[in-house]
Amino acid sequence: MSDNTITVRFFARLREDLKTDQLAIDARPGLTAGDVLAELASQGGPWVQLQGDQPVMIAINQAMAKPGSEVKAGDELAFFPPVTGG
Amino acid sequence: MISVQSEDFDVAAEYAALRDSGAGTGAIATFTGLVRDRGDLQGVTGLYLEHYPGMTEQVIQGLIDDASKRWDVRKARVIHRVGRLALCDQIVFVGVCSAHRGDAFAACEFIMDALKTSAPFWKKEITSDGEHWVEQKESDLARSDDWK
Repeated sequence: MSDNTITVRFFARLREDLKTDQLAIDARPGLTAGDVLAELASQGGPWVQLQGDQPVMIAINQAMAKPGSEVKAGDELAFFPPVTGG
Repeated sequence: MISVQSEDFDVAAEYAALRDSGAGTGAIATFTGLVRDRGDLQGVTGLYLEHYPGMTEQVIQGLIDDASKRWDVRKARVIHRVGRLALCDQIVFVGVCSAHRGDAFAACEFIMDALKTSAPFWKKEITSDGEHWVEQKESDLARSDDWK
């Protein structure tokens, strides 16, 4: 992995529906978690659910984040459904 | 101490470890969650539990830290299982030692309620008809919000 990439991880229902647990995207100045969601959703197919009716939670470097949160090279960005443990 | 593990746990051993928290402890509250035969679906035969390694432990440690600021917490223990679980299996354990019962009950309940809505675990129910990712419950969010 080059230094200019962001690792994107998916969990639970999203991981299964997207048939992907991890991918890498190129970082660029000003990129937000919401931008990444929109770009992935634009691929169509199961990816559209990233901007669908069901809420998608966002974490950056394992801390909860918001669509407007900026992501930088080397960050770990994660998308997942609302949590249901316990 | 926090453990996320596929193995079962022994409540008696965990309780014994909590008792060893000094003479200032006057109360221990514990909670154990089990796999039930109905959830979103009827006829649940088992669960599959997934988590986000690393983030899960950080979130739970944050909850223990929050509890320790609000109540007298002398020792806290959280265990959460992941992977495939059968009916009646133990899923989660929360134990808290305090000077008095009020703090022990409150801190234990707070950690459990907040864990359900903030720790990155996901449950999938398994039935004879198929599998279903559990939806987050408004009632769980309300319980968690009540502590704010």
